Amino acid sequence: MRYLPHTQDDIESMLKITGHATVDDLFNCIPDYLKTKQSLDIPESLTEWELNAHMEQLASLNIACKTYKCFIGAGSYDHYIPAIIPYLISRSEFMTAYTPYQPEVSQGTLQGIYEFQTMITELLGMDIATASHYDCGTALAEACLIALRQNKKKSYKIAVSSLVHPSHRQIIQTYIHPAGYEMVEIPYTKEGLTDIAALEKMEGIAGIAIQSPNFFGNIENLKAFKSLSDAKDILFIVSFTEALAYGLLKNPGSLGADLVAGEGQSLGIAKSFGGPGLGLLAGTQKQTRNLPGRLIGKTKDANGADGFVLTLATREQHIRREKASSNICSNNGLNAMTAAMYLSTVGKIGIREIAQQNHDKAEYLKESLMKSGFKSAFSTPFFNEFVMKVPNGYEKKRKALIDKKCIFAGIHLEPYYPELKLHYLFCATETISKSDIDHLAKEVQ
Amino acid sequence: MIQQPGTSGLIFNEPLLWEKSRKGRCAMSLPKQDVDRSVLDTDLTGDAPNLPELSELDVVRHYTRLSQWNFGVDSGMYPLGSCTMKYNPKTNEVQAARQGFASAHPLSGDEFSQGALKLMYNLEQHLAKITGFHAVTLQPAAGAHGEFCGMLMIHAYHAKNGRQRSKIIIPDTAHGTNPASASLCGYESVNIKSGPNGILEPETIAAIMDEDTAGIMITNPNTLGLFEANIKEIADIVHSKGGLVYGDGANMNAIMGIVKPGEIGIDVLHLNLHKTFSTPHGGGGPGSGPVAVGKTLEPFLPIPKVVKELDTYKFITNRPDTIGRIHTFYGHFGIMVRAYAYILSMGAKGLADASKLAVLNANYIKESLRGTLNLPYDKPCMHECVFNDQFQKEYHITTMDMAKRLLDYGFHPPTVYFPLVVEGAFMVEPTETESKEDIDQFIHAVKSIAQEAKDNPEQLKKAPRLTKVTRMDEVLAARKPCLRG
Repeated sequence: MRYLPHTQDDIESMLKITGHATVDDLFNCIPDYLKTKQSLDIPESLTEWELNAHMEQLASLNIACKTYKCFIGAGSYDHYIPAIIPYLISRSEFMTAYTPYQPEVSQGTLQGIYEFQTMITELLGMDIATASHYDCGTALAEACLIALRQNKKKSYKIAVSSLVHPSHRQIIQTYIHPAGYEMVEIPYTKEGLTDIAALEKMEGIAGIAIQSPNFFGNIENLKAFKSLSDAKDILFIVSFTEALAYGLLKNPGSLGADLVAGEGQSLGIAKSFGGPGLGLLAGTQKQTRNLPGRLIGKTKDANGADGFVLTLATREQHIRREKASSNICSNNGLNAMTAAMYLSTVGKIGIREIAQQNHDKAEYLKESLMKSGFKSAFSTPFFNEFVMKVPNGYEKKRKALIDKKCIFAGIHLEPYYPELKLHYLFCATETISKSDIDHLAKEVQ
Repeated sequence: MIQQPGTSGLIFNEPLLWEKSRKGRCAMSLPKQDVDRSVLDTDLTGDAPNLPELSELDVVRHYTRLSQWNFGVDSGMYPLGSCTMKYNPKTNEVQAARQGFASAHPLSGDEFSQGALKLMYNLEQHLAKITGFHAVTLQPAAGAHGEFCGMLMIHAYHAKNGRQRSKIIIPDTAHGTNPASASLCGYESVNIKSGPNGILEPETIAAIMDEDTAGIMITNPNTLGLFEANIKEIADIVHSKGGLVYGDGANMNAIMGIVKPGEIGIDVLHLNLHKTFSTPHGGGGPGSGPVAVGKTLEPFLPIPKVVKELDTYKFITNRPDTIGRIHTFYGHFGIMVRAYAYILSMGAKGLADASKLAVLNANYIKESLRGTLNLPYDKPCMHECVFNDQFQKEYHITTMDMAKRLLDYGFHPPTVYFPLVVEGAFMVEPTETESKEDIDQFIHAVKSIAQEAKDNPEQLKKAPRLTKVTRMDEVLAARKPCLRG
């Protein structure tokens, strides 16, 4: 096996030092009755070339071919990834390093993630961003726990918009339930927005979580929710699944968010069947010591030179153990570095232009689908996703488009919102050209 | 004289991104605008985020220079105990980057994602076979996430039985994530001491296990690198009071093909694909922490669950006893591809050999450094061995000093000051992918440092010298947090 360097001579000379006759004797400290009687029932090893063939065969069973056109989002988005990003992130000094616990030989990771934290605070208008979380759903669940724990009125309920990504609501439920907390869902209006009037009437809640753009792609009036959470004296949490939206929209910080949980997959990270993505978590200064997970801070070395370290570790499990703010240890560091590379590649000009193009394409797609006979479900401003009511029989057509043309056109919303029969969620990003849209509009006519 | 890998060379300074920024630069090839501009209401739009403005070469040079300040497994030996910094095979990266995997949208639909589902199904099967369990979920995104998932299942199990319990037993050798994961489930940690031999004694558990205790969390081999030989008796005690045994599989690299945790009384176990199964640590993640369970806990696995029907694969969500969803989609699929490629490349024999050689390497280091460093628990070790700085105390040299000096010799330091039960712990896990020559170099470096501790302790206090920066002021960082530029 090419990953195992030991020659027979090596093994023998090493056994002489350890004082064992055979390698198996090294395991004498394990009582025999605890050892397995059966060898591993997994296949014999493949050569690199056999592996390539096997993996390509599996990969080809997924319909994600070269001409693939992706008109779906819902938490995972198709964006251009410049060649320099996979090139740079593959540098083994980034990829094969451990958590930067030894700062003297980890300044690359540390400065890179410090820059990431800074650019995320800039994108979201927040004071502090953590060094990353697993995904938006888990980051949002942690944000909800923060709100629940620090609520002064000892309320045990968190109000979550029904237009928060359905999976994220399920994750919140999983996370908060064992500690005795409860999630209440805020209904949505016929405009496809979270029903603020319904929220106003809710009593005994410890915090509010609103997604914007919401699961239907619509842009929420975050300012109004901020006023309401101030009136109720509770924490206001904002989430998002499309990070590029904040290249164009007013950021959640400027609209008063106390905590922001988001998905950063759009920032240069492959969809990769839903993971690993990038959980973003940001807060106001006041929340610094409640935030879960790693933070990188600037400091000086013994010679007075600037440098970076992991800091405020007294929040974390390896110091605080059962009293830690979270159990998180590994995060999605390499994807945070990828996002930093992406943000510095697009820069101030690029992020604005790409965000604007996402919106332009989505508007054009919506108009084109309407011309093809689809009905707009909501007339609310949206970013790059929107809901359409489709004609009967569309599902069959949709599957045929995937099968024959590698075009994914919309996600059926009924499984998530049973009242939305024949409603589909569409998405267009900068990777979709006008002719792609014209082609789709013709196909679905 | 053995030549050590560490030497000095030209290192580049590199400012922060925004210090390089010049108004008007952009490193992105912007797509052409081929549809009309659609202007959103100015009430909704904000100013463009103030991101740095750079050319493509600016970005490339920035990250190239940053990378050169890092140490990775590809740079040198990384004997970080309990972290299993083994070689990360490059073919795994090629596999994960295949278009059919990397571009696959998670909501494509089962019928259009058969390759991904089949891979997940196969990987679950392989991991179940390796661990001796009945079923596996791949959803947890990291080891701690796996622990939380496992504890949620234990919590759900007790709830289903009609009586929730309030406590969980956690040995003093446990990773900090264990008690933190248990706390998330509302369990109070009951901390217990391991015996004088460094392993748990059944009497300790018997004295404390009661019907208000949900179970125990055990790492086996434990973080002293010792096999918990009383595991079966302990499991029997816990089971007899209706509790369950959680196994932390962080140290699975020691026992593949030798011990199957599912056969020795453990009810639920998490694995770290980024440790045992060779996926890169990435400077802190993303990892993946699959959880394996026996039949008792199988109904509680998170959703969605991949199943095989005839020759097709699908996700099912309709499972009444499930703990629910723990990841937005299906977990870290890209990491699963890498681990699957690793298992197929290694095969049954390769995996068992990996564990054997990992244990050989650790024992070789332990014996070779006997007398140089103190061995607080001098027993045959598994895949890692724990020393401390007892012998260096008289020269006022600490574990940290030796760790930092190792950097100058070109080695990443071992895990230091963990496990907490050993004062000044110096915990070495070489892994199986280090050759005898590289290990000999490491042993030689440690011996030289121990000699320096006697002859020239000042040199150790000032270490490291060859790195880009020297010891950092962590107190300043925490006292005046500066978390953004």
